[in-house]
Amino acid sequence: MMDGGKGFEDAQTGEQKIRNFNINFGPQHPAAHGVLRLVLELDGEIVERCDPHIGLLHRGTEKLMESRTYLQNLPYFDRLDYVAPMNQEHAWCLAIERLTGTEVPRRASLIRVLYSEIGRVLNHLLNVTTQAMDVGALTPPLWGFEEREKLMIFYERACGARLHAAYFRPGGVHQDLPDALLDDIEEWANHFPNVLDDIDGLLTENRIFKQRNVDIGVVTEEDIQKWGFSGVMVRGSGLAWDLRRAQPYECYDEFEFQIPVGKNGDCFDRYLVRMEEMRQSTSIIKQAIAKLRVEGGDVLARGKITPPKRGDMKTNMESLIHHFKLYTEGFHVPEGEVYAAVEAPKGEFGVYLKADGSNKPYRAKLRAPGYLHLQAMDHIASGHQLADVAAIIGTMDVVFGEIDR
Amino acid sequence: MSEALKELGALLELKKSDAVLGWDVTYGELNVDVAPSQLVAFVEFLKTDQSCQFSSLVDITAVDYPGRAKRFDVVYHFLSMYQNHRIRLRVSIREEEMVPSIIEVHPSANWFEREVFDMFGILFSGHPDLRRILTDYGFRGYPLRKDFPTTGYTEVRYDEAQKRVVYEPVKLVQEYRQFDFMSPWEGAEYILPGDDKAAAK
Repeated sequence: MMDGGKGFEDAQTGEQKIRNFNINFGPQHPAAHGVLRLVLELDGEIVERCDPHIGLLHRGTEKLMESRTYLQNLPYFDRLDYVAPMNQEHAWCLAIERLTGTEVPRRASLIRVLYSEIGRVLNHLLNVTTQAMDVGALTPPLWGFEEREKLMIFYERACGARLHAAYFRPGGVHQDLPDALLDDIEEWANHFPNVLDDIDGLLTENRIFKQRNVDIGVVTEEDIQKWGFSGVMVRGSGLAWDLRRAQPYECYDEFEFQIPVGKNGDCFDRYLVRMEEMRQSTSIIKQAIAKLRVEGGDVLARGKITPPKRGDMKTNMESLIHHFKLYTEGFHVPEGEVYAAVEAPKGEFGVYLKADGSNKPYRAKLRAPGYLHLQAMDHIASGHQLADVAAIIGTMDVVFGEIDR
Repeated sequence: MSEALKELGALLELKKSDAVLGWDVTYGELNVDVAPSQLVAFVEFLKTDQSCQFSSLVDITAVDYPGRAKRFDVVYHFLSMYQNHRIRLRVSIREEEMVPSIIEVHPSANWFEREVFDMFGILFSGHPDLRRILTDYGFRGYPLRKDFPTTGYTEVRYDEAQKRVVYEPVKLVQEYRQFDFMSPWEGAEYILPGDDKAAAK
């Protein structure tokens, strides 16, 4: 173009008159990881502007929660980030426990750590492998999903459901784990690093994978602060920020683990961070199992907010009444407001709970990490090729269950 | 932890007395009530001050109290990754009042403010693009207000005859069940079955 000034339009050739091109990416695109609609303004193949339209999976969870009891609300958390359900429940339980001042028994706390880490592996396996599929590799998801299947069977053996667990309860966890399950999880944890090595061998030095990911979607420390990133989006850029270490909840402070950080903050570094986090999680899983073997005792803090033991219900009338009242009326949570956050696999998942002293939350706000990551899409993707959009969405790790709520 | 937060609260009150209406530390969290007109300056201060460094916006949401004159509380959460502490700001506003947008200080406020507008109908002055975000295209009403029914007003279905999706007023096959667990002795607001007979006599 001459100088873009007025008065020269008649001198332009047909090729110069081409306007920027608007396209819809999604909502039914396989690389959109769910129901994301991106309105992209393209100049040739370069993305000029990116406007994500979200809310296609909006189910009004926060509104529904206001008319249900605290315990009835728990399963909604499985349906937020359905890739790692138990990590979400954890935040809800922590918020209630903080308000009611409940002390979780140690065995329950260890089980929570164990299953939170299984959730992290579940999430990272899905994310790493499907992101690889977005950039052209087909084998990793097949290998990764085999392991996910095994992990979901561990979910099922703990609580009866593969996905919608409702296993973490305020005051502990629903049921105790059988010893055989611990043995099987340990056996899996011993074998799993080999699978990671296999995936590593497929992707890390793969030329195509590197061409599609290195120097794509670079996130700087300033971006992190400006756009409120958390989780791997932060660690991939070299900031060792992990809530498990910085603001320890549950009993994470007694576990040995490293926080992997990236150097360049691009898609490739985020992939590497996720791979290393899976190795660290496997190590935490092993430590948790070792601790669980020696730690006996109850898995629920028996009291107002948890059900009585089954045996007590058969012999003790007060227990029976308590059981009935707990599952009809539910427990009351004292008035107050808390914000409880956990390091979910995708970043900081938080619950802002406003209680008015009744059996239902007055207001519950779910803070999803993916919401902020996707918001920065316009900032990160602008200036990239159209094909990079898929790679960037992939490493942002968005799941629409939690973004749309 | 809580001692440090108390110190921080006292410091904020001292340095920004025009913005801070009150503060407390409950459940180990620092809450600060902020005057709406001073909000942007206060958030800017929190971000740049060396002892605060609240550089990450965590969340913006609102809470509806239909019974109050100042109907809404807009709640802000900030996090400092450098100092490793959190803060919660509360801004109380009337229904028709506007809140200044903090997008200039924290670009990440964009979608949060859109969401609060979408869900509560609170307007943010200075927001460049205050569209609805989570609800349907062409949605009416503000769903998270307490006077909005959980069922909503319209329902959507695919019409086989017209070959398109149609919106209709919501029809409930069964009355929406809202159980009240208050004891009748503590002033339940409904008439118990059978009580109406006593009144008829």
